[in-house]
Amino acid sequence: MTDQKPFVDIRHAQKSFGALEVLKDINLQVQKGQIVAIIGPSGSGKSTLLRAINDLDPLTGGEIWLEDKQINKKLPHRQYEKHINLVRQEIGMVFQHFNLFPHLKVRENVTLAPKMLKGLSEAEANKLAEVQLEKVGMLERIDFYPSQLSGGQKQRVAIARALAMNPKVMLFDEATSALDPELVEEVNLVMKKLAEEHMTMIIVTHEMSFAESVCDRVLFMDQGVVVEEGPPDVIFRNPKNDRTKEFLRKHLAGQHP
Amino acid sequence: MQRVFPFFLEAAWITILLSVLTAVLGLICGILGTWARLSRFALLRFIGAAYVSVFRGTPALIQLFILYFGGPQIGIQLDAFEAGVIGLGINAGAYMTETMRGAIISIDKGQIEAARTVGLSRLQTMRYVVLPQAMRLMIRPLGVNINALIKATALVAAISVVELTYTAQRYIGSTYKPFEMFLIAGALYMIIIYVTGQAVAWLDRKARIN
Ligand SMILES: Nc1ncnc2c1ncn2[C@@H]1O[C@H](COP(=O)(O)OP(=O)(O)O)[C@@H](O)[C@H]1O
Ligand SMILES: [Mg+2]
Repeated sequence: MTDQKPFVDIRHAQKSFGALEVLKDINLQVQKGQIVAIIGPSGSGKSTLLRAINDLDPLTGGEIWLEDKQINKKLPHRQYEKHINLVRQEIGMVFQHFNLFPHLKVRENVTLAPKMLKGLSEAEANKLAEVQLEKVGMLERIDFYPSQLSGGQKQRVAIARALAMNPKVMLFDEATSALDPELVEEVNLVMKKLAEEHMTMIIVTHEMSFAESVCDRVLFMDQGVVVEEGPPDVIFRNPKNDRTKEFLRKHLAGQHP
Repeated sequence: MQRVFPFFLEAAWITILLSVLTAVLGLICGILGTWARLSRFALLRFIGAAYVSVFRGTPALIQLFILYFGGPQIGIQLDAFEAGVIGLGINAGAYMTETMRGAIISIDKGQIEAARTVGLSRLQTMRYVVLPQAMRLMIRPLGVNINALIKATALVAAISVVELTYTAQRYIGSTYKPFEMFLIAGALYMIIIYVTGQAVAWLDRKARIN
């Protein structure tokens, strides 16, 4: 494990929004097929870190690598746009608020990018949409509009949309925290299924029990730093750091009777 | 009275022509203005903002006078009709710029992020994700802009384009019936505006359905 080259490699990541330093020298190595959970209080920089990986929030310092490609390399604007568009095809992202395209049917939500970027024919794209939607259990809704779906269904379509580009890594930013409690499980099941297929995943979550059950590693972030990291049983059952303990005590209060 | 009707109909036709040409030019200027306002280049953004504030910040009548009476002084020779279309079109474009830009920036940023994260370029994101949604939002407010520009065509009477308002004024002298003359002109404007409004409402409904 340790002698393997990391698949996603974040080195000395630093990010400021103006005078506000949100990420302070973050280092994170994720191996191929590994599943990493990021937990921490609101405002600790979890989303910013995740969004830095596909350059939605470009870092102000440090490097991010995916396999042997540096994601945030310095290039003139035009070249950089080309480069980042290609990189982003390899990184799937799932948002808290789904962000499905409301003017397109479920089918087109999934096929838009593959058609535009991979030159798939209509028939190939449709086949792909069917396969991906089947995987997330949304095939029956292929000709619905997003407005006709529940939150859980929307999120499953959003996952299918990301998977349709055949990404190497999937990023989840609180994928279930905008959902009604009874809809959380269906999305978690899809994520578990991806885990079983050894998809490399970085998951920002508030659901400690879910994190514990699917993740290989857990990072606890607070105020822009990784305070503690380790295997889930250690972080959740036996944290060393006081801030981790404090956070978990508050968060597990409702979850573990 | 009877004998003036054909002239009014002809004038109504001129008003319609003015309105259509002004709307087309306005849309073109609006698209250019929007593109400038949303550019990633500061200079273009500045030019776009200056265009909007100058043309919305001064009376359209003054703009027409500058173009038509002042133009020849700086080598711009236009007949009254041309000056009317160009002056009103550029003016309408400033309002349309704000309408279009408003619709575009009102699209949730999450839409753009979702499109970019699957690898779509800026242009593809604009074309396939933002514009289709923004277009639906802009139909109604553009309808309001068009309503305003139809009424603004009355201003070109002041540079002697023989459209409805000018025609009404002209036949007051021979008929001594200002009340009727302006009533006829007003009714014809109302018909033009009503039909246009129905067309816009129809487009809006159609856009909402699919
Ligand atoms: N675009 C932005 N501009 C300015 N500040 C931001 C921006 N995005 C996030 N922040 C700030 O960065 C900090 C970390 O935010 P975020 O990464 O969203 O935290 P988390 O996801 O852990 O709740 C917060 O203080 C937030 O207000
Ligand atoms: Mg967040």
